[in-house]
Amino acid sequence: MAKYCDIFWSFFRVGTFTIGGGYAMIPLMQREFVDKHHWMSEEEFLDQVALSQAMPGVFAVNMASMTGFRLRGGRGAAVAVAGNILMPVLFILLLAVFFRAFRDNVIVERIFLGLRPAVVALIAAPVFTMAKSAKVSWRNVWIPLLCALLIWLMGVSPVLIVLAAALLGYLCSKIEN
Amino acid sequence: MIFFQLFYTFLLIGAFTFGGGYSMVALIQNEVVVRHQWMTAAEFTDLLAVSQMTPGPVGINTATYAGYTAVLNAGYPQWAAVCGSLIASLAVIVIPVTLVLLLSRWLLKHKDHPRVATVLRFLRLAVIGLIAAAALGLMTTESFGVPGLNLRFGVSLLIFVAVFLLSLRRKASPIVLILASGLVGLLVYSL
Repeated sequence: MAKYCDIFWSFFRVGTFTIGGGYAMIPLMQREFVDKHHWMSEEEFLDQVALSQAMPGVFAVNMASMTGFRLRGGRGAAVAVAGNILMPVLFILLLAVFFRAFRDNVIVERIFLGLRPAVVALIAAPVFTMAKSAKVSWRNVWIPLLCALLIWLMGVSPVLIVLAAALLGYLCSKIEN
Repeated sequence: MIFFQLFYTFLLIGAFTFGGGYSMVALIQNEVVVRHQWMTAAEFTDLLAVSQMTPGPVGINTATYAGYTAVLNAGYPQWAAVCGSLIASLAVIVIPVTLVLLLSRWLLKHKDHPRVATVLRFLRLAVIGLIAAAALGLMTTESFGVPGLNLRFGVSLLIFVAVFLLSLRRKASPIVLILASGLVGLLVYSL
């Protein structure tokens, strides 16, 4: 059974090293939960991404509470969420006090010029590493492609995409059974 | 009283924003700048810039900063502003976390049911598309610089390819890759 301190530190790391919003957390979470701690399979990880996206609220916090709950129930969820938001909240509080010094800092800006392309690459890689777990094949590759294009080019909300996929799955399960 | 208003406002923001941080930002702007006038539009723009540059989910960052600034602008001392930021950050996650816990409990019980399994199979395919769209959406001049033969674009492309290949093989930790890319940026652009 996962220890509370493992859950806390894992989410503390994820929360601390996420730059530019929730999806940038995916590669780090994948490494922590699937590869390192073996808390879940890659399939289960993908399920959590879909469901966290379909729920209201902050994606990363939803992922944290779902993972914490899976490992140690309600208390596990509380520990995971606390670990996940501790560093961001402290950081923003410090910034609110010393705001200008940080924003106009040329060193910070240079670091971020290097970080931004890395964050894009970190989000792009799981598309390929997780395609196997999602059982992407030539027969069904049109589904992820269509989803990506609808969101990227047409501006369709990812929430609608998740709901549509769930509906499609439900209809298929009716035909199968 | 401003603390109750903060709690209630961010409780609703948390409950009614679907699709992650950026859709939340629009709602927060409407509530905080237009309706309650807890901060000016300029302060809100600053806040967005900071949220991009600090670790953590954008939704949490925005709630924390908005809570702090609102209480400070209402004329309270700094320690009260810190309380305000904590209240806003907690309020924004209460309802979503409750819903997620209920859903998780249901799912852990029923995940092996054949119907649920089929739905999950489709969801996984869609999620691959969702993540791809997030990466594509970030391939902008803001992330990479203007395409062409210039230092910024060249360095960005090299960093992208290196980080992409290393994380495809799952050898390097994302934390190490992030720290290294930041260091490369600092060194290259300081020369």
